[in-house]
Amino acid sequence: MREIKCECGHVNPVGTVLCEACGRPIEGNQHLDGNNNKKLLNMRYDGTARRSQTYNKSIIDKIWSFFSSVKVGVWLIVIALVASMVGTIFPQEMYIPANAISRNPSIYYEDQYGIFGLIFYQLGFHNLYTSWWYLVIIALIGISLVICSLDRFIPLFKALRHQKAKKHISFLSRQRLYSETKVVSNEEINLLKTNLKKQRFKIKVENGHLLAEKNRFSRWGPYVNHIGLIIILLAAILRVLPFFYMEEYVWVREEQKPIVIPGTKGQYYIENKDFILETHSEEDDRFEAAIAQEGMIPSNFQTDIVVYQSGEKSVPGAEAELEPILDDSVRMNKPAKFDKYTVYQSGYQLNEFTSMTFKIHETSDSEEVALDTFTVDLAAPEPEYNLENGFRVVVDKYYPDYYLDNNGIPASETNFPRNPAYVFIVYPPNSDVAEVSFVGIGRNIDATGENNYKLGIEDFEMHDVSGLTVKYDRSLPLFGLGAAIFMIGVIQGMYWQHRRIWIHPTENGILMAGHTNKNWFGIKKDIENAIEGTNITMVEDQQELDEK
Amino acid sequence: MDLLSVSSGALYTAFILYLIATLFFGAAVRDKRTDKKLHTTSEKIGITLTMIGLVGQIIYFITRWIVSGHAPVSNMFEFMTFLGMCMIFAFIIIYFYYRLSFLGLFALPITMIIIAYASMFPTDVAPLVPSLQSHWLYIHVTTVALGQGILFISFVAGLMYLIKEIDQTVKSKKTIWLEVVIYILVVFIGFIGITSAFNMMNYNAAFEYPSGGNTITTEYRLPAVAGPNEGTLVTEGVMNPWFETPGWLQGEDAGRKFNTVIWSLITGTILYGVVRLIIRKRIGAAIQPLFRNLKADLLDEVGYRSVTIGFPVFTLGGLIFAAIWAQIAWGRFWGWDPKEVWALVTWFFYAAYLHLRLSRGWHGEKSAWLAVVGFGIIMFNLIVVNLVLAGLHSYA
Ligand code: HEM
Repeated sequence: MREIKCECGHVNPVGTVLCEACGRPIEGNQHLDGNNNKKLLNMRYDGTARRSQTYNKSIIDKIWSFFSSVKVGVWLIVIALVASMVGTIFPQEMYIPANAISRNPSIYYEDQYGIFGLIFYQLGFHNLYTSWWYLVIIALIGISLVICSLDRFIPLFKALRHQKAKKHISFLSRQRLYSETKVVSNEEINLLKTNLKKQRFKIKVENGHLLAEKNRFSRWGPYVNHIGLIIILLAAILRVLPFFYMEEYVWVREEQKPIVIPGTKGQYYIENKDFILETHSEEDDRFEAAIAQEGMIPSNFQTDIVVYQSGEKSVPGAEAELEPILDDSVRMNKPAKFDKYTVYQSGYQLNEFTSMTFKIHETSDSEEVALDTFTVDLAAPEPEYNLENGFRVVVDKYYPDYYLDNNGIPASETNFPRNPAYVFIVYPPNSDVAEVSFVGIGRNIDATGENNYKLGIEDFEMHDVSGLTVKYDRSLPLFGLGAAIFMIGVIQGMYWQHRRIWIHPTENGILMAGHTNKNWFGIKKDIENAIEGTNITMVEDQQELDEK
Repeated sequence: MDLLSVSSGALYTAFILYLIATLFFGAAVRDKRTDKKLHTTSEKIGITLTMIGLVGQIIYFITRWIVSGHAPVSNMFEFMTFLGMCMIFAFIIIYFYYRLSFLGLFALPITMIIIAYASMFPTDVAPLVPSLQSHWLYIHVTTVALGQGILFISFVAGLMYLIKEIDQTVKSKKTIWLEVVIYILVVFIGFIGITSAFNMMNYNAAFEYPSGGNTITTEYRLPAVAGPNEGTLVTEGVMNPWFETPGWLQGEDAGRKFNTVIWSLITGTILYGVVRLIIRKRIGAAIQPLFRNLKADLLDEVGYRSVTIGFPVFTLGGLIFAAIWAQIAWGRFWGWDPKEVWALVTWFFYAAYLHLRLSRGWHGEKSAWLAVVGFGIIMFNLIVVNLVLAGLHSYA
């Protein structure tokens, strides 16, 4: 195959369907754009030579053709669409509710949704959006985007640059909008030009042949938006690298010593000064009805935090100097920032126990006069307490979050002191006879029923816990850039249209044809306005009915 | 009079105006060639009433904003009403570009269904929970609704195209599917009718049922055909449920919602049956002659055009602004929560539509079907995903 020289003298690349300069259909290539047996020419890419349509020998050619096909692209999009839908049938693993029977997916799905749940889980749909095959589909879309864009953009760009005002008659008559006028005067032509200019058409004239064109840039819209999409996909890939992305979740207890923020290599510490939960006032007339209906509605979740930077350690092993660098309130929708990190209010736990004070009294004493007291610090419970008046209390068992399991055996639901309970062994002064006591909130059980001494809760302190997400995400600007380019591209391609009008002089009159890539209603209006005041025949829409 | 009654009064007025405007558009479509002047006059009255109606809705919106202190787009009632407003807005824009009065014949009644449907949800002014307290909420929600409103026009044009073009002389798959679409619209009307009827009677039946270790009380506003799973009726002197909602129907208040669906289907089916009995043909076939003077290719063009205009707006609101807000509120711009996924599905769908339009053979009827399905996906996201596949955005 060699380059094709057209009658008009222009040399076209192999595979050209319509001569880049004069638009004459090139024999033998018409099947490439499906122009055979059609009256109208396929103008989607202006009949340019596209690699995907031209070469089909090597395996690379075949792959290229495959990915540049719109049909394949649409299939990929549809597959991604259907897969995405499937993932919403049941909750994804991360959305299994906290109050579920079990958050273990192998139990949850079957228990909750029966056989369908089991299948859903076994097919791995509970983590569908991170599954390898979903990612492969997305990656294929990405490849397809790159190849299809290259396949079309370059030839189209060249063709539109080379186009001439003078077009072959068969090019004009096979446009969707077309008319012939037998007699046209020079004044009419001039009026036509003025009218076109008024509508911001750029006009090119060659020997009486005229090309009026506007908004060519809108043709690049799809390629711009595809670039945006590719940038977004690249950003998603880069985010896997730790340089770009880090996320940690920390529980920070109120009024405790600053704790190191995980993921910061010990550089930063955080302290929770106060956690605040506020609700909308019931007294507010505006909201009375809604609150009566739905119950209390929270109005604010907030953590007052201090972030410290740790200084040089003076001696290895010694505690580092902490220097406060940020004193801020983190709220929902108002994260706090320091260095490259952002802190989000993500969760909370109300009323954990900080410390509990117990007293010992005689079982028979109805006044419950304290013989001795001791305080358990729940952050650091001690194994044994030796009390002033000679009692010795050994902590035999400790359940931070006490409950009775299915078999009626005491257990701890979590490791957090939300509902602490203990088995204490009490040694009275000067005695080796131990008494066993079980003490919890609202419980005091004497296993043998023969204890002489009894334990009671005298006092306690509580605190709230904030769940904070600490993260940085350096891929955000890249996502933003991609999204912005995408938006520019779609707006460019959708809100403007590339309109062209050709005039071909005949003996006494003209032939006129028009083409736009979309919004035919708009170009017809343009032409109507342009021929106003002249006798030029309005173009006829030759759209073929088989396109319905 | 307090501001809140001004607000709901304005909404109600708008609703009535849309109804009257529909009649005028109807008169305009029944074009008797002989009387061109009458035709344009009724068209003008129709569009004027529509615009006054839109002003009414804007008054509703602003006054409610003043009362609650936040833009009224934060629960199901408010969002859907706002969506209705955007649909009318989109209709007006397209009207002035193409001067197509017949679009109003469908756009207005369907918008009315949406607004009426919205008012079946609790309409109390509710305060905002912390996650919604962000300007990005307004920006995101309003842009999404605007995009969906514009895409709605493509649905209207597509539906009209199908009614006009599908051969009604023989029964075919196409006529059946078209009737299904119309039937679904009728089911919505059935839902609105039956809910309003029992609301007016102040019907109430309370149930208690266990859920995750707690006992929850729920109030049925419609007689319980399907009671809650393992529920017990508390109210006396009301109908006992015929059966229990199956346990695999999950989510908050699954029983009550399931019961509502049953009632809507029953009422809708009866309504549809009655209409069929009266007109003695498919509803599509009955409407078809009205559209005799419409140009099918213009309908196709309008449908495609609204997608090209609506798609960028939807992308901006439903994906980009949504992601920005999610980043600020939760620290993650994308979380694969069902609502987000369905926004992505909608986006994929319209992307596929746009690419299919590039090739020959997908214009006209196939496009029209796609436009109908596309709007179906939007409604699915709004209704089913909100009420059933509850996620973070769950409203009601
Ligand atoms: C989710 C992914 C995609 C999105 C959101 C997207 C978006 C778009 C949009 C908005 C247009 C403009 C359509 C118009 O002007 O009517 C377009 C055009 C186009 N897209 Fe995509 N696209 C995607 C994937 C793909 C893929 C995978 C292919 C691969 C074959 C592809 C091939 C094309 C082609 C060939 C055009 C027409 C270009 C032209 O008219 O010059 N797109 N795309």
